[in-house]
Amino acid sequence: MPLAIDVHDLVKRYGSRTVVDHVSLAIEQGRICGFLGPNGSGKTTTLRMICGLLTPDGGGGTCLGHDLVRERDAIKRQAGYMTQRFGLYEDLTIRENLEFVGRVYELDRLKERVDGALERLGLATRQGQLAGALSGGWKQRLALAACVLHEPKLLLLDEPTAGVDPKARRAFWDEIHAYAAQGITVLVSTHYMDEAERCHEIAYIAYGELMARGTADEVIAQSGLTSYIATGPGADRLAPKLRDAPGVTAAAAFGATLHVSGPDRERLLAAIAPLRTDSIKWTEAPPTLEDVFIHLMGRAHDNAPGG
Amino acid sequence: MWARLIAIVIKEALQLKRDRLTFAMMFGVPIMQLLLFGYAIDTDPRNLPTAVIAADDSQITRTVLSALANTGYMRFTHRPASEAEANALLQRGEVQFVVTIPSDFTRRLVRGERAQIAIDADATDPMAAANPLAAAQPAIMQALARDLVGPLAGLRARPDAVELVLQRRYNPEGKARLNIVPGLLAVILTMTMVMMTALAVTRERERGTMENLLAMPVRPIEVMIGKILPYVVIGSVQVAVILFVSRLLFDVAIEGSVALLALGTALFIIVNLAIGFTISTVTQNQLQAMQASIFILLPSILLSGFMFPFRGMPVWAQWLGETLPATHFMRLVRGLMLKGAGFGDVTGELLALLAILLIVTTVAVSRYKVTLD
Ligand SMILES: Nc1ncnc2c1ncn2[C@@H]1O[C@H](COP(=O)(O)OP(=O)(O)OP(=O)(O)O)[C@@H](O)[C@H]1O
Ligand SMILES: [Mg+2]
Repeated sequence: MPLAIDVHDLVKRYGSRTVVDHVSLAIEQGRICGFLGPNGSGKTTTLRMICGLLTPDGGGGTCLGHDLVRERDAIKRQAGYMTQRFGLYEDLTIRENLEFVGRVYELDRLKERVDGALERLGLATRQGQLAGALSGGWKQRLALAACVLHEPKLLLLDEPTAGVDPKARRAFWDEIHAYAAQGITVLVSTHYMDEAERCHEIAYIAYGELMARGTADEVIAQSGLTSYIATGPGADRLAPKLRDAPGVTAAAAFGATLHVSGPDRERLLAAIAPLRTDSIKWTEAPPTLEDVFIHLMGRAHDNAPGG
Repeated sequence: MWARLIAIVIKEALQLKRDRLTFAMMFGVPIMQLLLFGYAIDTDPRNLPTAVIAADDSQITRTVLSALANTGYMRFTHRPASEAEANALLQRGEVQFVVTIPSDFTRRLVRGERAQIAIDADATDPMAAANPLAAAQPAIMQALARDLVGPLAGLRARPDAVELVLQRRYNPEGKARLNIVPGLLAVILTMTMVMMTALAVTRERERGTMENLLAMPVRPIEVMIGKILPYVVIGSVQVAVILFVSRLLFDVAIEGSVALLALGTALFIIVNLAIGFTISTVTQNQLQAMQASIFILLPSILLSGFMFPFRGMPVWAQWLGETLPATHFMRLVRGLMLKGAGFGDVTGELLALLAILLIVTTVAVSRYKVTLD
């Protein structure tokens, strides 16, 4: 499979701050890659560099076979970028927005395409409303419809489902999988774990550095994390006692149970040993993606200058 | 190229249509200013304060003075004892005119020699001086015709029995300055056109739509022309409205070629739009864009010859004025509307506008970034 995105050592600095630090990313055509990382970790900045909106201060590569810097126009024509902040015109109607986008991409059969998009969106009856009057979730769906209108080969989606209800989110992901099946590559940033699990692969970035890469299972396996689950009366109330214990990266209550994880099995066991009582049962469990991400975030923080 | 350009034009036009307030302002403001300037600033003021030095007190002198007063333009407020005192009054602006009747006036008139009356006018505001001076001579002649009876009746037939010596002080060349309409055209167009485009682009940045626009394959020149075109139409309509209202209310007609006026106006509008676009490439938000527009607008009012006579300004200010499109446009419109100038007379101004356009467009296109850097 050819690589849809093949960038290496991307660097972006704002003043003296390095916001993206030597990030390399290769994604095969037709794959859905989830882009995760804490707030301010550089996801949006990386996406902007990939779609030609920002010039990298270092590194480079290709996107759909076109050079990131020199062939911006070609990339822009074949990629669809959905901005994190709503980027359509609130003072234009839903239909006018779609028509504008269609005209900018010089699409033929404009009316037909716009009608089709409105139909799929379920907004055909509201097409005359101003986009600014839509609720947050509907704005997101309109923005997605606008960025796939020109049938791009690559979708760069920046938190497309922020504020979208579960049913619409599911529909949204079904749609993304349908695009992937057609051979469209998707790089999508998200903060939702369930969405990360629906991706073919994951890239995790923290403080501008790429920390993990691979399928969800690979990322979990690479982390070398051990997790235990405590059940029994009052298990969930043990979290504060464990959170700062040595060898524990995360301790969080899930309903009546407690999840604890740490990178070193022996030290984790030592930490929970005093809490082993007759009424509370400890069992080892595979770590979740969330455990891994919290662990990675902590590790990156230790490395971060001044952090 | 064309499809993308049209896409932007349609989008801008739709947004403009939705922005009712701005839309109303673009037509309301010019008419309001026109009425304000046209009516509030009386171009034909009456009862102007006048000083009289009458060294010769006779029946005929009194006739002449009352004739001047009866024109309604002059009101005798001062009777200075000397010419120096009268000059000081004029200098301070306490009087608009000084009427001097020499001591030998009656004697010369009776003898059939030419008798002189001097009127010195403060012509800093040429409008204020023009009508009273024009009315003075016929008024005097008429009054004398009535009063020259008996042995003096023979003088009646002589139209040059009394010679009026007029002297315009301070602004001798400001004669036919029908400044207001050309000046307003320039100022209103500068104001709305520069500001509107400057805001149109910075608004995209402020609302976050710029990122989306830049992610699409539009070229800077397409965005620029696409954003400018709808305003060219608006500007043209503004001009038409101003010209129509001036014609209707102030009876200001176009002496020269209408086509030439249209050409000059179109050029001027485009220059202003390009300036607005350039402003938007260097400012971050709408407030900054607004301030930068005012930064252009103020000199356009003060240094273009609209507010003060161009030749009355210091040399450095004149140089600054020459760089402003409003200066050249105002000259062009004045020439065309008032003096009936032809193409040859205005090529200089057209070329100057073209040169400014070229420079500004180059700056705009080179400053407009296709990235968010
Ligand atoms: N134009 C800019 N000037 C200065 N700093 C910037 C600029 N844009 C982004 N940054 C900084 O770069 C860092 C990364 O920002 P970025 O928007 O890429 O994060 P993100 O991963 O998308 O975060 P989030 O999940 O909150 O969207 C942040 O610390 C941010 O403050
Ligand atoms: Mg972001």
